[in-house]
Amino acid sequence: MLQFYEPQMDFGTPARTSDDPTAGTLVDLTIDGVEVTVPAGTSVMRAAAEAGIKVPKLCATDSLEPFGSCRVCLVEIEGVKGYPASCTTQVAPGMKVKTQTEAIADLRRNVMELYISDHPLDCLTCPTNGDCELQDVAGEVGLRAVRYGFEGAGHLDAEKDESNPYFTFDPSKCIVCSRCVRACEETQGTFALTIQGRGFDSTVSAGADEAFMDSECVSCGACVDACPTATLAENSIIQHGVPEHSVVTTCAYCGVGCAFRAEVRGEQVVRMTPWKDGKANEGHACVKGRFAYGYTTHADRIAQPMLRNSIDEPWRAVSWEEAIEFTAQRLREIQHQHGRNAVGAITSSRCTNEEVYLLQKLVRAGFGNNNVDTCARVCHSPTGYGLKTTLGESAGTQTFASVDAADVIIVMGSNPTEAHPVFGSRLKRRLREGAGLIVIDPRRIELVDSPHIHAHYHLPVTPGGNVAVLNAMAHVILTEGLHDEAFVQARCETEAFERWCEFIRDPRHSPEALEADTGVPADDLRGAARLYAHAGNGAIYYGLGVTEHSQGSTAVMGIANLAMLTGNLGREGVGVNPMRGQNNVQGSCDMGSFPHELPGYRHLSDAATRSMFEKDWSVELDPDPGMRIPNMFDAAIDGDFRGLIIQGEDVAQSDPNTQHIEAALSSLELLVVQDLFLNETAKFAHVFLPGSTFLEKNGTFTNAERRISPVRRVMSPLAGKEDWEVTLDLAHALGCDWEYEHPSQIMDEIARLTPTFHGVSYEKLDRLGSIQWPCNDHAPEGTEIMHENEFVRGEGFFALTEYVPTDERVNRRFPLLLTTGRVLSQYNVGAQTRRTDNEAWHDEDVLEIHAHDAEERGLVDGDWAGISSRVGDTVLRVRISERVRPGVVYTTFHHPFSGANVITTDNSDWATNCPEYKVTAVQAVKVAQPSAWQARQREFDRRQKQLLEHADQA
Amino acid sequence: MSAQPSSKSVIAIIERWKDEPGGLLPLFHDVQAALGYVPPESLSEIAGALNLSRAEVHGVLSFYHDFRTAPAGRHTVQICQAEACQAVGARALAQRATELLGTEFGSTSDDGGVTLEPVYCLGNCACGPSVRVDNRVHGRVDSERLEALLAACRQREEP
Repeated sequence: MLQFYEPQMDFGTPARTSDDPTAGTLVDLTIDGVEVTVPAGTSVMRAAAEAGIKVPKLCATDSLEPFGSCRVCLVEIEGVKGYPASCTTQVAPGMKVKTQTEAIADLRRNVMELYISDHPLDCLTCPTNGDCELQDVAGEVGLRAVRYGFEGAGHLDAEKDESNPYFTFDPSKCIVCSRCVRACEETQGTFALTIQGRGFDSTVSAGADEAFMDSECVSCGACVDACPTATLAENSIIQHGVPEHSVVTTCAYCGVGCAFRAEVRGEQVVRMTPWKDGKANEGHACVKGRFAYGYTTHADRIAQPMLRNSIDEPWRAVSWEEAIEFTAQRLREIQHQHGRNAVGAITSSRCTNEEVYLLQKLVRAGFGNNNVDTCARVCHSPTGYGLKTTLGESAGTQTFASVDAADVIIVMGSNPTEAHPVFGSRLKRRLREGAGLIVIDPRRIELVDSPHIHAHYHLPVTPGGNVAVLNAMAHVILTEGLHDEAFVQARCETEAFERWCEFIRDPRHSPEALEADTGVPADDLRGAARLYAHAGNGAIYYGLGVTEHSQGSTAVMGIANLAMLTGNLGREGVGVNPMRGQNNVQGSCDMGSFPHELPGYRHLSDAATRSMFEKDWSVELDPDPGMRIPNMFDAAIDGDFRGLIIQGEDVAQSDPNTQHIEAALSSLELLVVQDLFLNETAKFAHVFLPGSTFLEKNGTFTNAERRISPVRRVMSPLAGKEDWEVTLDLAHALGCDWEYEHPSQIMDEIARLTPTFHGVSYEKLDRLGSIQWPCNDHAPEGTEIMHENEFVRGEGFFALTEYVPTDERVNRRFPLLLTTGRVLSQYNVGAQTRRTDNEAWHDEDVLEIHAHDAEERGLVDGDWAGISSRVGDTVLRVRISERVRPGVVYTTFHHPFSGANVITTDNSDWATNCPEYKVTAVQAVKVAQPSAWQARQREFDRRQKQLLEHADQA
Repeated sequence: MSAQPSSKSVIAIIERWKDEPGGLLPLFHDVQAALGYVPPESLSEIAGALNLSRAEVHGVLSFYHDFRTAPAGRHTVQICQAEACQAVGARALAQRATELLGTEFGSTSDDGGVTLEPVYCLGNCACGPSVRVDNRVHGRVDSERLEALLAACRQREEP
């Protein structure tokens, strides 16, 4: 797969496809004597490029609509006066185009002379030497001299803007083609750039003539990608030079799963460029995926396995053999003394499918129990339960591209512009085209009101009131007769539907009756319900703001009910779409990470499935489900559970009620942590196995649209082993006779044993780029849209969704509701992003509070606030914000000492134990110093770092 | 002529135009008419209300030379520098103006009395060179008439 570096093919203007009204009509024309057939609406430039004819261009690129400002793409067209620009001229039947004539050559050279007369001639020392379109075009047009000289007015002395940590803006090299401005508008949708002034004084400006970092820029890098010169260039390229080869791989941040070209020199990544052919992102990226890969080579990475007998001892660096042997021996001893069920493992949503599969296999086949769970427990387990119950499959129903056909979009408990930025940009583009938007969120997120985006309805639900909102919407749609009777009749279980109708019709579910619970004005709620019901194509996107509640599973079923009720399933532009938090949450669930399910969501109690695995693995499987994460922790404190392997997961920071987690971890006899860094959890570990980053291994990730995408190794693992190799070694040490030489063999096994993966292979992934499961004999190239003709479970099931208020309610002692979320620049517990320059945007978690609540407490911006709940307290800096309403406060958990999860409680979803991160009753008061927990934590951190230093010296 | 920047009047003008399609230009005109210039610190508020970005609003504002982002002098003197007026001595006139006021094009005299600006065509080509003082256009301005016009500006300021 090693590919010499070459810029990605650029056709100049976007392809014209199905959304064009003239789609299907093909046009024949002749370009330079070559006959070309392209869809109507295609530009002459693109038609030429598709025929392999290159028209010089500067302001055109195929990610942006044509603009026609640079005037170097002029052509001659028979019967047309003058020299039209090929980028803005559409093809016509019988057109005869000449792209190279004497007259055109003169014009192009003259245009280039003008450009170059105000451009530095430092090509040899320029950062993009060899990767510059201006340089290329100068060559293509045969520029030999510049008659205008270099005296006179110019921009050669313009000052650089180096405020952004990842890229430099050097306006002295700018040709004012507006590609950056248009990329910021069309691709990213932020509108942070403009051309200021006019005529010769026109220059690119970030914000209102501000530094990039002070402007509205979100550092997605689309402008850098679009720039044809060195004006906007990555600092890594400025520092190291252009890459020599590239490898296509998949981003390891959020659940969008963007495809990237890792551009490399030797084993050093010098740039991550979004891959245009990647179906999840189609050439777009965000500040995390494109720029924040520095953690992979950070000094904090641990390069050797380490051991210690107790967590008060210094770490001892050891060989892989010793670490594996020690671990296997201790696991066996514990099982011998305390029973087979005393050990277990937690798989990671950040590891590959193959690695997750292998670890759950180790638990089931090696440990002989089912004590395996995954971090999806604390995020999207209610999605699995809710969608399986109603529709029959635990996954989102659409592709991301489907949103391009949506007419009304509901975004509920999800903040795509921060947490799933590349999908957020796609969504915004559709909204700018006129789709309706309903935001259901306690916070006024960016989508509610931002440049060129305005939600038709923002329903600021009181944290905990989701099910009430969904029930009230369903009540309005049903009682006002707005539902799709034909769809329900044809596709859903009649008896269940009738029972549900009776339930939801009850006046207690009306928006008026539920107003006190929802916190949403009844009129707005009715308006939103009508808008969605009348949508044409109505699509629902939801996130952890739906699942992380005591009624998370109920809310997911409520969402599925709404979609079925309005017939919004089974075609392009509609659907129920969970926004997955981590890169491989979908995959880790698919791979059988849950204690009750084998790969492919098949229950352990199903004897046929079990025997299939038993035969293939040559073992006997325990038919009883194992422990979930919270059960493991409780059992650890009780002394029944003694040994735990945690792969790529920082439960001590990410899981709720931190002090309880810490007590559980401290009770373990053996805690094995496999991670990139000595994370918060590893501070309680006895064995540390160094993990490998996504750049250091082969495998696959599965994103939120069920898309399996290849992860390809671009550099050697720092500690010498890919994560799956470590699990394999451990399996061997435990006496399993597994044989794998490459992750592709693990995928072959997954495909053999899992019906939805039957058709998946590495060979096919290489050929197609990515595959959306189910991929089997019925759908050999995968499935874009699920439930097209019938639901996976046969008939859709309307589940009753009784609203039960959470126990976590405000009272006089805890009068505020705390809810939690994410910011754009940081990812989850921040283990990766905190070790990059993304810290420049968010170097501490803050408490957002409404001015009214702040004033009552005498708090001003920047004060320290002590926040206490019934389980713990912490201290955060205050930010007065209009994004939250009175009575609600908000924070993030990206930094370990913030202690956001010291306050969150043990409350959890009734069906899946997914913690109720989104609702905690708290009080906030002005304080002068960190909380006792924070002080203890800093001391513990200092002590553990000392213990690590000893290992370094060993 | 110029009022003190008053966020209150800007807010009223924003309210007047925020829901009108294409309301940004008339909004700028109104703000400049009320305050004599468009305060840069009002751009965020204008952008937010019109569902635009700060960059876009700045792009429009900076495109039109007629909009100011700082208060002008008490009087504005604009000397036409377009072709027809140049042909009948507008350059020399401009030179004279800078000498008389001790200021360059685009700046204000030290006493804050007069802002001197170039302008490109006042539609008075038959009677050039043309000069506009505040809102009044004067044709066939020679050096003497220019002195008189500037003196008149000064005079009007005296109590």
